Amino acid sequence: MDRRLALPAFAGAALVISLAAGAPWLKFVLTIALAKGLAVTGILLLLRAGQVSFGHALYIAVGAYTVAFTPPHVGEMLLLLPLAAAAGMIVGLAVGLFVARYRDIFFGMLNLAFSMVFYSLLEKLYAYTKGTDGIRVPRPTIAGIALERVDYEWTMLIGGLGIALVLGWLASRFLASPLGQALPAIKTRETRLEFAGISARRVLLVAYVISATLAGLGGGIIACTTLHVTPLLSYWTHSGELVFIAILGGGGSVLGPYLGAVAYELVRVYAAAAFPDGWQMILGAVLLLIIMFAARGLWGVYEDAVLRKGRRA
Amino acid sequence: MTLLLFLAILDGLAYAAQVFMVAVGLTLIFGVLRILNVAHGSFFAIGGYVAATLGAWAAATAAAPVLALPVLLLAAVLVGGVLGPVIERLILSRIYVKEHVLQLLVTFALFMILEDIQRLIWGVQPIFRDAPVRVLGQVEVGDIIYTAYQLYLLPGVALATLLGLMWFLRRTLTGRVIVAVTEDREAATAMGIDASRVYLLTFTFGTVLAALGGALASPTTSLVPGVGVNMIVLSFAVVATAGLGQIEGAMLTALLIGLGRSIAVYFAPEFEVVIPYIIMVAVLLVRPHGLFGRPELRRV
Repeated sequence: MDRRLALPAFAGAALVISLAAGAPWLKFVLTIALAKGLAVTGILLLLRAGQVSFGHALYIAVGAYTVAFTPPHVGEMLLLLPLAAAAGMIVGLAVGLFVARYRDIFFGMLNLAFSMVFYSLLEKLYAYTKGTDGIRVPRPTIAGIALERVDYEWTMLIGGLGIALVLGWLASRFLASPLGQALPAIKTRETRLEFAGISARRVLLVAYVISATLAGLGGGIIACTTLHVTPLLSYWTHSGELVFIAILGGGGSVLGPYLGAVAYELVRVYAAAAFPDGWQMILGAVLLLIIMFAARGLWGVYEDAVLRKGRRA
Repeated sequence: MTLLLFLAILDGLAYAAQVFMVAVGLTLIFGVLRILNVAHGSFFAIGGYVAATLGAWAAATAAAPVLALPVLLLAAVLVGGVLGPVIERLILSRIYVKEHVLQLLVTFALFMILEDIQRLIWGVQPIFRDAPVRVLGQVEVGDIIYTAYQLYLLPGVALATLLGLMWFLRRTLTGRVIVAVTEDREAATAMGIDASRVYLLTFTFGTVLAALGGALASPTTSLVPGVGVNMIVLSFAVVATAGLGQIEGAMLTALLIGLGRSIAVYFAPEFEVVIPYIIMVAVLLVRPHGLFGRPELRRV
């Protein structure tokens, strides 16, 4: 990772840990934020290709329900999380083979349709999913050790940070690779990419499967943190949330999703309590403002404030 | 069995009529503005809510019960006439030059805002007002007693909308101007057509249609948060199956999907929500631009 990213990444990680040490109940909020940051990284990959998915909560739900459906005696974190990621990858491949043929509107809306179908199936197939009641997840062991609540939460948070750092680094490597560089080409002029002998569909499919895997892993972490899964995980509001965080954080850097997710979750803790019925409205209004006036998101603001100034000095 | 099937067909027709009203506005707006308006489902929901409120108010002021029907139309015109121009002028007109993905995000943001406005105004309790249905009474069809509202009025309005729209677009000057802008905006503007007025007009008209769909649907279903999102996803399925921008095609696919769904309601209720998408996915696999859509030219 180049230094311009490594420094803020580790500073951010230190900040998250000190926040959690200062206010113990924030551990939960921050772990969820990191999990969402993973899923948003996937959204970011797709946004690089100029595509937006309004249905990625589907993969969060797939990951979370994979954890919930795994028999309790296998409740081992080191097994559950890879399983959740694998489930996301498999579903992502199946759906991706279909949606990677489409662009723009079709891409966004087909994803929305798939997630809403999954939502209603989770809700209706009561015999398997217990409907809207959801399924309780017993607290898994970590590397064979059954931890107490506080230790468990700390392990989740630190582990989440570790995963985020490693995957963030991998994502930045991916974006710098030839395949990653092909993504913006889909956005500017797909036909030219094809003339260069690269299949746009395959490039998008790879990005889509990666994004589904990341979201599946994020869903697994969410299930292991909240210890309760409901169909609401795949509802459109959650997909909207992911897109919102991606735009809020800004698409310019792999750190944007985490910056956006932590900022979003921290604000939500207070604001959603104060305006429970107006929350989506506030999100929508902020989204409009960002798109119209600060298209590069929070990361863009940071870049302008810190990096540009640093270069001048 | 045959009785159930017959009932399913009647339900399907009424349902298809509602979906068509929303889908046709969506496809018309897309055809002209080249924007897929995700907030379109909200217009449907708000149309329904306003119709229920106005209806309750009209009933309270002891007006004649028959007035329940024109109130539905009034609600639609009010909602479309206010929301349409405000949204088009204030927000959409600023983003016509932006990337597709940003246009989608903007209408999605609008959708989020409008969903909560509904909650703030009308709450989360289901609202149900069937006064307009009772006005028309019931009819016997074979062995089935069915409401005249769903049997005649809903399909009638949808058919009238389709025919009216076809006539309007082909035979009137304004309609032809709209078609011209759809085909080639630059050329139309060069001929002296005020394209931004056409955009405003089309968007408002589409909004009125969606709100009318909602107003007409309100006496047959309860209004709860979430009707908007279900309707936008469903009407997108209809529009995509037909091919974006295809008006007559939307009628056909609305029928296909409406009937498919209501048959599922009676025979496999768990899969009711899945049927429209199975139809859509099946069609798109074979014809990626929809049944009647034309592929766009690829530019290098």
